[in-house]
Amino acid sequence: MSHDFEEEFAGYGDNVASATRVTPGHALRPEDIALQDAPPAADNGEYAVWLGDDSLILAQRLAWWISRAPEMEEDIALGNIGLDLLGHARSFLTYGGKSIGKTEDDLAYWREEDEFRSVHLVEVPGQDFGLTIARQLFFSVYLELLYTRLLNSTDATLAAISAKALKEVEYHVDHATQWMLRLGGGTEESARRIQHSLEVMWPYAHELFVDEPLHERLAATGVAALPSSLKEDWDRRVTAVIEESGLAMPAAKDALCRGRRGEHTEHLGYLLAEMQVLARKFPGATW
Amino acid sequence: MSTTAATPSTVADDEGRAAFDALIAADGRIEPRDWMPEDYRKTLIRQVSQHAHSEIIGMQPEANWITRAPSLKRKAILMAKVQDEAGHGLYLYSAAETLGATRDEMVEALIEGKAKYSSIFNYPTRSWADVGAIGWLVDGAAIANQVPLCRASYAPYGRAMVRICKEESFHQRQGFEILLTLANGTPEQKAMAQDAVNRFYAPALMMFGPPDDASPNSKQSMAWHIKRFSNDDLRQRFVGMIVEQVKVLGLTLPDPELRYDEETKQWIHQELDWVEFMDVIKGKGPCNAQRLERRRVAHEDGAWVREAAAEYARKQQLKLAEASGKAA
Repeated sequence: MSHDFEEEFAGYGDNVASATRVTPGHALRPEDIALQDAPPAADNGEYAVWLGDDSLILAQRLAWWISRAPEMEEDIALGNIGLDLLGHARSFLTYGGKSIGKTEDDLAYWREEDEFRSVHLVEVPGQDFGLTIARQLFFSVYLELLYTRLLNSTDATLAAISAKALKEVEYHVDHATQWMLRLGGGTEESARRIQHSLEVMWPYAHELFVDEPLHERLAATGVAALPSSLKEDWDRRVTAVIEESGLAMPAAKDALCRGRRGEHTEHLGYLLAEMQVLARKFPGATW
Repeated sequence: MSTTAATPSTVADDEGRAAFDALIAADGRIEPRDWMPEDYRKTLIRQVSQHAHSEIIGMQPEANWITRAPSLKRKAILMAKVQDEAGHGLYLYSAAETLGATRDEMVEALIEGKAKYSSIFNYPTRSWADVGAIGWLVDGAAIANQVPLCRASYAPYGRAMVRICKEESFHQRQGFEILLTLANGTPEQKAMAQDAVNRFYAPALMMFGPPDDASPNSKQSMAWHIKRFSNDDLRQRFVGMIVEQVKVLGLTLPDPELRYDEETKQWIHQELDWVEFMDVIKGKGPCNAQRLERRRVAHEDGAWVREAAAEYARKQQLKLAEASGKAA
């Protein structure tokens, strides 16, 4: 064989600077926000952390699926959705952290459970495809409505992060919708299971639309959208998907949820223990 | 494993063989519809499906650290990386399907323990540094093995490898960077990095397969231009590469015998434990049972979802057929 090694391997391995680095234009990366954007006002920062917490916890939940999904295509799809949410979380946490002199990692790894502001819906385990799809439907539709409103936020950084996230969340809604149709309109077993999953996740959905004093203050200045103002559109859209899937609207009662006040499900502690264990073993270390 | 190749007539067979031989002699590429010897087809189905299985099983050791990654940036990079591996598995199953194997058959063979995959993935990832060592050493060895496969005579395999190798190059750099950061971190972090390199060094060298004099299939694969360099030649190249890179890391390779022999222009390394290698291939590695069980459970737990998708598609087809019947 006349080919020599150097010729063979030109452009690979150590010879190449970066093969597949994803650089979608000048999309807002957490690193850019950390360096460039001015620190937000305290309320704006707190709100960014709330947004970041929801996405971070759900990303951690979705990451579980990688190597466990029903199809390899779903390993990729659920992993990709998780990765998108993690990206949004990093941007929001980086921005929110700037108002109190913290980094995204300070917030993710060094806060205690009652300092997180995630909603219960993203905390409950979803280690069943039906549960995951039901939650994805509820949460993705909510995010799409929310980020659409935040495009007009008077906080330019929140608007920019939302604009980038919105494009990805639209895909998440489509993914959840397509699976709702297939599970609802597939076999008897799949219809039974996804119906049950909707019931299991339903008690937590209403918390997405609870207005806290922070929301009210920020809505008044055009920074945030009032969660309650998203409810009508959300109901309409989620109902349409459930009906088109041949399923019934869940009848489960709303659970009392106060995640925004730091009162969490029993599940969050385990999730955080796992997520934070390595970082906390090495205080001050760089990774 | 069945193949869908039609049984050709003798004349067509002779003509086909002549065309195949001429193409190989000219270092050309074989496409799915071209005539090919049955042994060539079988060899490729075995190799490409084993390669696909390695990507899919190889997701597990690294996925083991996604939920515990020590920074959000590392978590994002690792998620993207493990996702890439799933993508590689999909390209490769597709490449094998062009040879007449079906994905269902290949996946079943894997779950039933009838198919092989790279034995390195039967070792556990005990620490975060293992994610770095896998990227640097295991993906590095994979690149050395796989870059020449971009020119494999079977065109769909070669085309799949082009993309895979580009992504693997990125993976190797991220692994190296993890180790570099650890090696420049606290003494505990550096020790973690050294420990991971110590454990993955020998299994990585063994990824190139047995020494040339004990690798009976290599000759035919090279004659067919599937394989381009021998196991030992590739291993030599890899050792030469990591010897330099480990200096940059400020770590050491756990091999007291490692030296360059000026006379033979060869790297001399310690004798590798081929008994352990064969044991792990036969299913007796630390994680063989665990890896296959994870795949089996995922597959079985997901059956209802796949059935639902198939049934939904069938119903949609029926609706379409009915609608077009009415229209006519």
